[in-house]
Amino acid sequence: MNGQSVFAGALLAPEAICPPGLRTWNGSDPGPRFAVYRNNVMVSLIDALADSHPVTRQLVGEEFFAAMARLFVLAQPPRSPVLALYGEGFADFIEAFPPAAGLPYLAEVARLEMLRVRAWHAADAAPMAQQELMRLLADTEGLPAARFLLHPALGLLRSRHAVVSLWAAHQTGDVAAALAQVAVEDAENALVLRVGLEVDIVRIADAAAIFIMNLQQGVAFGAAAGQALAVEPEFDLAATLGLLIRGGALCSASFSRSAA
Amino acid sequence: MPSGIARGLPAAGGIGLKPEHFREILDTQPELGFFEIHAENYMVAGGPFHHYLTRIRERHALSIHGVGLSIGGAEPLDEAHLDRLAALLERYQPESFSEHLAWSSHGGAFLNDLLPLPYHAATLDRVCAHIDRVQERLQRCMLLENPASYVEFAASTMTETEFIAEVVRRTGCGLLLDVNNVYVACVNHHRDPRAYIRALPLPAVGEIHLAGFACDVDAAGAPLLIDSHGAPVAQAVWELYEFALDRLGPMPTLIERDNDIPALPELLAEACRAQRMMRARVGAADEVCA
Repeated sequence: MNGQSVFAGALLAPEAICPPGLRTWNGSDPGPRFAVYRNNVMVSLIDALADSHPVTRQLVGEEFFAAMARLFVLAQPPRSPVLALYGEGFADFIEAFPPAAGLPYLAEVARLEMLRVRAWHAADAAPMAQQELMRLLADTEGLPAARFLLHPALGLLRSRHAVVSLWAAHQTGDVAAALAQVAVEDAENALVLRVGLEVDIVRIADAAAIFIMNLQQGVAFGAAAGQALAVEPEFDLAATLGLLIRGGALCSASFSRSAA
Repeated sequence: MPSGIARGLPAAGGIGLKPEHFREILDTQPELGFFEIHAENYMVAGGPFHHYLTRIRERHALSIHGVGLSIGGAEPLDEAHLDRLAALLERYQPESFSEHLAWSSHGGAFLNDLLPLPYHAATLDRVCAHIDRVQERLQRCMLLENPASYVEFAASTMTETEFIAEVVRRTGCGLLLDVNNVYVACVNHHRDPRAYIRALPLPAVGEIHLAGFACDVDAAGAPLLIDSHGAPVAQAVWELYEFALDRLGPMPTLIERDNDIPALPELLAEACRAQRMMRARVGAADEVCA
């Protein structure tokens, strides 16, 4: 029916308009009453983005964040009643948002925060049994062909900016002092892991990032390690594996030849 | 079509389950009638939400309350969403499932608010068809919640209570009586909240909601109450609740709080207050809540 189309259109219109056909008991202008719905829609969705992007919000302040988030909501309202992952696309929006051009790392921080939310809600998966894993890692003949299935919560972000340091600075008591130590132009790789019920974000070297990214894409262990070593001869495979094992990120291994 | 009203929840006080309180609930195991969750918050693959809900559900009765089905929507129901709901209900086997007389999706956008609809023959047919489909898909009776609203429609030909009564009669669904919504809507539209409650099909009520509101004014300076779920239950709403209890007897009663979430004991105290009011009416001694 077109009544709801008009009503919905007015809710998401940039300027305050009021749909026709509304009635009030005292004959008063229905505009301010309709504005309650407009406000509920906009504030609740801005709040949803603010909840999932606390560091992005702190980096620009409440007012700037709300104005930016409002424009995102108008441009890309949620497509699903499940709002947990609303905000996919927010980082791209920020990247192309001229008023944020002075903070080129802002979009990257938003991207990291969304990975964090994804990790939080990702499917559960048990890590490989320790015995089985140790046996495989000791099998120098079989290991290179092994393809690992990584935990669904694992996320990886290769950033041109110091995205992990920026994020970590906001987890400290004195954010301003911590931020002063961050060289924002340094490229950093973020590894996002869900350990138990908590999501961890750790900074990893380029080679480790390449190794993990390859594993995640189903590349065999030997080829993935080879690519990492080609980038950084001092690639620390043992340390990187330790990180994945402690994070419960290696869930199973297979030896099929069908994957890339 | 399933018959009978889901009366699985105990006639006691309950509270909304909030992530802020997950750990404390498991640690302290509060004495409580039931917990209620918003279905959509738990439509995620895994992680802490399911971890905690699984453990809390083992010890407590559960109500699943949908906020995104858009039963009053002009468009067909979102079958994919209904599938997600069916899976959630299958997983947690709640004692009750409820949704709203409202719409929230249109043209592919989810608007995240409970939006009003006009009450006439065409919307009645549509709402009834949607509820029939929900009950058929979920294989259970649902409770339909009366809305809080800020505007009315010139196109309406029925009152809200006439509309609700007809929906209940045609679909066999139950009613979630939101006493705060009754109060808010009646103040906003200058009606008598007690007459509103009397006009509802009270035998269909399977649960009560209580919540807090915020105060504003309309263009003429008349009071306009906002269903904010961000404050304690107001005294006027407690009084209206007692009026409802006098007609219904003890009922599963939820303290709804979604904004400015207070410490757990504050919510538990409100749930206890509801329980005391129920017990006072059946002459039971007041031994459960301090």
